[in-house]
Amino acid sequence: MAAIQEKRPLTPITKLLRVHAPLIAESANAGQFVIVRVRERGERIPLTITDYDRDRGLVTIVVQEVGVTTRCLGALQEGDEILDIVGPLGEAPQLQPGGHIIGVGGGYGAAALLCLMRERKEQGDRTTVIVGARHKDLLILVDELREVCDNLELCTDDGSAGFKGLVTERLQQLIDGDQSQRPDYVLAIGPMPMMRAVADTTRDTGIATQASLDPLMIDGTGMCGGCRVTIGGEVKFACVDGPFFDAHQVDFDEAVQRSKMYVKEESLAACRQSESGTG
Amino acid sequence: MPVKRSDKTPMPQRDPTGRAQDFDEVNEGYCFSHAMFEAERCLRCQDPVCMEGCPVRIPISDFVHAIAAGDLARAASILRTANPLPGICGRVCPQESQCELKCHMAKRFGPVAVGHLERFVADWERSQPVGETPPAPWQSARVAVVGSGPAGLVCAGQLARQGYPVTVYEALHAPGGVLRYGIPEFRLPNAILDWEIDALKRLGVEFVNNVIIGKTITLDNLFDRYGFAAVFIGTGAGLPKFLGIPGENLNGVYSANEFLTRINLMQAFQFPEADTPLKVGKRVAVIGSGNTAMDAVRSARRMGAEQALVVYRRSEAEMTARVEEYHHAIEEGVKFHWLTNPVEVIGDDDGWVAGLKCLRMELGEPDESGRARPVPIEGSELVFPVDNVVLSIGTTPNPLLAKTTPGLATHSWGGLVVDEKKGETSRRRVYAGGDAVTGAATVILAAGAGKSAAEAIHQDLSAGL
Ligand SMILES: Cc1cc2nc3c(=O)[nH]c(=O)nc-3n(C[C@H](O)[C@H](O)[C@H](O)COP(=O)(O)OP(=O)(O)OC[C@H]3O[C@@H](n4cnc5c(N)ncnc54)[C@H](O)[C@@H]3O)c2cc1C
Ligand SMILES: Cc1cc2nc3c(=O)[nH]c(=O)nc-3n(C[C@H](O)[C@H](O)[C@H](O)COP(=O)(O)OP(=O)(O)OC[C@H]3O[C@@H](n4cnc5c(N)ncnc54)[C@H](O)[C@@H]3O)c2cc1C
Ligand code: SF4
Ligand code: FES
Repeated sequence: MAAIQEKRPLTPITKLLRVHAPLIAESANAGQFVIVRVRERGERIPLTITDYDRDRGLVTIVVQEVGVTTRCLGALQEGDEILDIVGPLGEAPQLQPGGHIIGVGGGYGAAALLCLMRERKEQGDRTTVIVGARHKDLLILVDELREVCDNLELCTDDGSAGFKGLVTERLQQLIDGDQSQRPDYVLAIGPMPMMRAVADTTRDTGIATQASLDPLMIDGTGMCGGCRVTIGGEVKFACVDGPFFDAHQVDFDEAVQRSKMYVKEESLAACRQSESGTG
Repeated sequence: MPVKRSDKTPMPQRDPTGRAQDFDEVNEGYCFSHAMFEAERCLRCQDPVCMEGCPVRIPISDFVHAIAAGDLARAASILRTANPLPGICGRVCPQESQCELKCHMAKRFGPVAVGHLERFVADWERSQPVGETPPAPWQSARVAVVGSGPAGLVCAGQLARQGYPVTVYEALHAPGGVLRYGIPEFRLPNAILDWEIDALKRLGVEFVNNVIIGKTITLDNLFDRYGFAAVFIGTGAGLPKFLGIPGENLNGVYSANEFLTRINLMQAFQFPEADTPLKVGKRVAVIGSGNTAMDAVRSARRMGAEQALVVYRRSEAEMTARVEEYHHAIEEGVKFHWLTNPVEVIGDDDGWVAGLKCLRMELGEPDESGRARPVPIEGSELVFPVDNVVLSIGTTPNPLLAKTTPGLATHSWGGLVVDEKKGETSRRRVYAGGDAVTGAATVILAAGAGKSAAEAIHQDLSAGL
């Protein structure tokens, strides 16, 4: 059980939760994740550790409500307890320090970049963050991100804030532009199509690029193999070998296909949830 | 009543058609008169060879005799002293290759049904009122147990009885290891596992779920920060193998661990009342022939598969499952395809499983394991049209803890290196047992290893070594 100490809505469907989980806060590193279960007979779902505070024993998660479990989680209030939380899981991304790193985030990925980029900056990297959303109201944690990077690039589909267009278009401009802007590393966290587009953008540039894969998971310890992904022809378990992988080696077709394994069941469950009106 | 003492008293069981629709227990258990009758079949031999067949040396003829004398309390105490998990082992031990194989009665008639009797006594014990609350732990040295499978549970229980405060850390959200996430309720109801765990809690054992040693807390910190005097590792062999054949990552292909975990731990059979789904089509092929394969294929039937088949590259003689499970599977309509080697999972346009391509095999010269090597028959290719493929081809120890613990030695195949006498690993005061040491084996071997490690820990701690 982990009590929610603070809850902050970021968009109508995105909530930031600060959770009392001292053991996890103690051992967490940027880029790792937790698995939570919100109710009895509930599903186990992975969520990135957005931030942690070792002194106060707090772990921050940002949840985007897309289905039954994320909605149940989003409905919890300050003082409520999360039934089960385990972590930290996975490995932090392996990138050498030194140089210019660009983090590209979409959806909850913007939140996931927060402590990763702060850590890089503290290690002396030059840090750029590119985050995108449809509209400026859907951009999350802009102030916090601005603090942890040297250069924050906002992108919106409708031009309501920052660059009008996709994050990958902005990334392309930075790569093509002034050589001083060119990144040594790119880190992509967000929806699969975005990560794939980032991989395609940097594929022929020789810029090392990592993507944070988010396959379906159950245990998160390497026990079920449900999270398997193919990287450069080799099968890996994203929960223990990842979630970060060389984006140029990822078999995205397969990853996208596998993520759709339960779409029918997910929408059935979502319908039941909205009919019953409960979390 | 004419007394026919030659045959083993059959285990009453539910009708195959009805039981293949749900996850309730198949075997119904002996009633008192069955048990008395069966116990009287025991010859009370001078040389109780059955006991040699039992990995934990249960004094079988003593407990069986106590049943025959109607003294179930004594039978229960004899059993429990030798094997702390009788209700579980009575249900899942491969008795036919252990105690019952050795039984003198087996040579001419059927063996004494040791497993059924063991289960009977344990079930009786569970129906009795809970005894007095045992004293609180009195030793000052505390012990941590990593993993709550049979090895960890038994180690924790034995140490608690010696007065040690014990904390069991489990990675998952519920304790029990394979007994929880692997073996389905139709063979081992959760209530039995829960009863054993509650009994340990009454002894003072503390259970902490959702903690992965090596991730949440390092092994070193168990000593340095948490002040444990010794650690027992019972992390099992939970890493599933894959075949490496084309199509293995198609939608609808599962490891048996995933398939069974979704059902048992996550209760997918109750979806959508439970949140975790599992997609089981009308035709399911399970690859393998062990207990895990039987559990998967019988679960597939219960999840609605009309055709459930087992595909195995060796012959029936090399099957490793308990015979009872094999018979139950046949009764429930499972079809077995021996000497059939899967070579490819065939997919449809949407990336879902459509079939399993196999080659027929024949038996050749013996291989390293001494079993006849299956060799493919040229041109014997065949395709089973199926919607799901479940891989049940073995597991190895999970490398997670060893990878994050400096100085914890493993064999090349992943098993922890231990000194055979004490079960101590390459790290001082760190002991290990069960599947983490032996590779995938049995409940009773894991339980036995937990018990002997507890003795070694007690000795080392009391000697101040
Ligand atoms: C390592 C990792 C880190 C993650 N971090 C975060 C995070 O910080 N914040 C956050 O909100 N989400 C995160 N996710 C995704 C999150 O786990 C899923 O959104 C969640 O499992 C959905 O559960 P649900 O029951 O609410 O929805 P479901 O009913 O399971 O699914 C609803 C919809 O979401 C899609 N979906 C389901 N699972 C995923 C997935 N793994 N990735 C993308 N789409 C999915 C489905 O296709 C469906 O369209 C992460 C996933 C992984 C693997
Ligand atoms: C489906 C199936 C059916 C089986 N049927 C039978 C049968 O009929 N008869 C029989 O005798 N045997 C059977 N077996 C084998 C038997 O279950 C195992 O040999 C036995 O459970 C091993 O016990 P264990 O305590 O060593 O490990 P496990 O039961 O595997 O338990 C290990 C536990 O440790 C936890 N863990 C792992 N790493 C960590 C960590 N770093 N930190 C914290 N916790 C951790 C795991 O989550 C798990 O709960 C079966 C196995 C399976 C999979
Ligand atoms: S523990 Fe297993 S082998 Fe030993 S007597 Fe019981 S059933 Fe037989
Ligand atoms: S989630 Fe089960 S192995 Fe990765």
